Amino acid sequence: MSEDIKKMIIDYVKKEYLEEDSGVDVNENTKLISSGIVDSFSMVSLKMFLEKKFLVKIPDDKATPDAFDSANNIINLLKEYTKI
Amino acid sequence: MAYSEKAKSFYDNTLKNIKQDGLFKEERYIESPQAANIKVEFPLGAPQKQVLNFCANNYLGLSSHPDVVKAAHDGLDARGYGMSSVRFICGTQDIHHELEEKLTKFLGTEDTILFPSCMEANAAIFEVMLDKEDAMISDRLVHASIVDGMRLSKAQLFNYKHNNMAHLEEKLQETQNCRFRLIITDGVFSMDGDMAKLDEICNLAEKYDAMVMVDDSHASGFIGKTGRGTHEHFNVMGRIDAITTTLGKALGGATGGCVSGRKGIVDLCRQRARPYLFSNTVPPVVVAASIKVIDLISNTTERRDKLERNTKYFREKMIKAGLDIKEGDTPIVPVMLYNAKLAQDVARDMYAEGIYVIGFFFPVVAQGQARIRTQISADHEFEHIDRAVAAFTKVGAKYNILGKKKDEIIAMYGM
Repeated sequence: MSEDIKKMIIDYVKKEYLEEDSGVDVNENTKLISSGIVDSFSMVSLKMFLEKKFLVKIPDDKATPDAFDSANNIINLLKEYTKI
Repeated sequence: MAYSEKAKSFYDNTLKNIKQDGLFKEERYIESPQAANIKVEFPLGAPQKQVLNFCANNYLGLSSHPDVVKAAHDGLDARGYGMSSVRFICGTQDIHHELEEKLTKFLGTEDTILFPSCMEANAAIFEVMLDKEDAMISDRLVHASIVDGMRLSKAQLFNYKHNNMAHLEEKLQETQNCRFRLIITDGVFSMDGDMAKLDEICNLAEKYDAMVMVDDSHASGFIGKTGRGTHEHFNVMGRIDAITTTLGKALGGATGGCVSGRKGIVDLCRQRARPYLFSNTVPPVVVAASIKVIDLISNTTERRDKLERNTKYFREKMIKAGLDIKEGDTPIVPVMLYNAKLAQDVARDMYAEGIYVIGFFFPVVAQGQARIRTQISADHEFEHIDRAVAAFTKVGAKYNILGKKKDEIIAMYGM
């Protein structure tokens, strides 16, 4: 199950934030925020995507750059709010 | 003592980390008026050095133009120094209204309201135009002041990949249920020097019943055949609902900005825009000089045409010399170096050669996109440009980057 979620997050990041010719590979450990793939401004749309997809409300104070910095971190964050 | 050891060590450590990360910014003291040729004291205490300025937003070379300086003197004598008031109490002079009317005419809009800066115009506009049932759909590379302005609005935030019209259309489809949608973009993007595809954006806006807002700070005065801005360049004058722009770049370079567009939006800004209501009026001296600027550029396109010639000349020479520049037509010409340290080293060596340029790197631009942003001015002569290109050629040879493209530069220096 968590493999499916991982893939869903990675696919979303690739589609939403990367240009087709970017040549950047994304896996579950790839740094998303600190590497600049997802800038702090675009983190809002990533948070919205997760909330819509998993029907959760992530409190703003928990939506930190660190908590969003990789697909694995995001899964850990989601586990606090939903049974995934 | 309220300023505790804990607070002090927190601030000191933060500063230490900024320095360790190579992100510490230092001011350079310019000891002459702003111009193509300036006197600089850098580092602090070093002897004054005469350098050519290739990093100012002084696109039309009007920052120290004698007619503008004279108009400022005359304005100072006629209307005083300060107003000690916000606009709606006792801070509006006849010349504020006159400048707003001239900007309206120049930009080809319905009405204009002045703000102390474009940063404040951008801080105001989204909160005034939109509420929580609305959507802001923004290009991902918009200026930081727009990002901050959007944060002040309750509207939902969406953004699309830079200049990617298919992605913008997806976002417009996703937000069909919102009351109002506003597409938000820079006219000319400050770091890449490319232009928003305003014709395609307007077509999409009309197809999906959305409004369009453009920040034309790096365009007003010189983009388009008579310098009106990106809306003139793309032949969409009258189809943009709100333009924000600055008087602090091409239009004299002092300070001040505005929202110009649909009358209803401007009128509502006068009632609701917090930076307008709670921030001081633009000083009379700036207003008087700005009126002169608009008169100068309305009467002739001479300076705008010279800027265009200079830009073309510089871009062609840089490409011929083998520098990797971002393609485009605007006077913002990024010299791509990809690696942050390389960008800093090249900027330092350029300064030693008498050319004042600055390196930009993450987080100002994306990781691996470090560059030197050069900016051309109508104040430059071909001889100045030749000297800058010669210096880039000399420094570029030192770092072995001439004729090299992205992959080769990254292979040598990393991202």
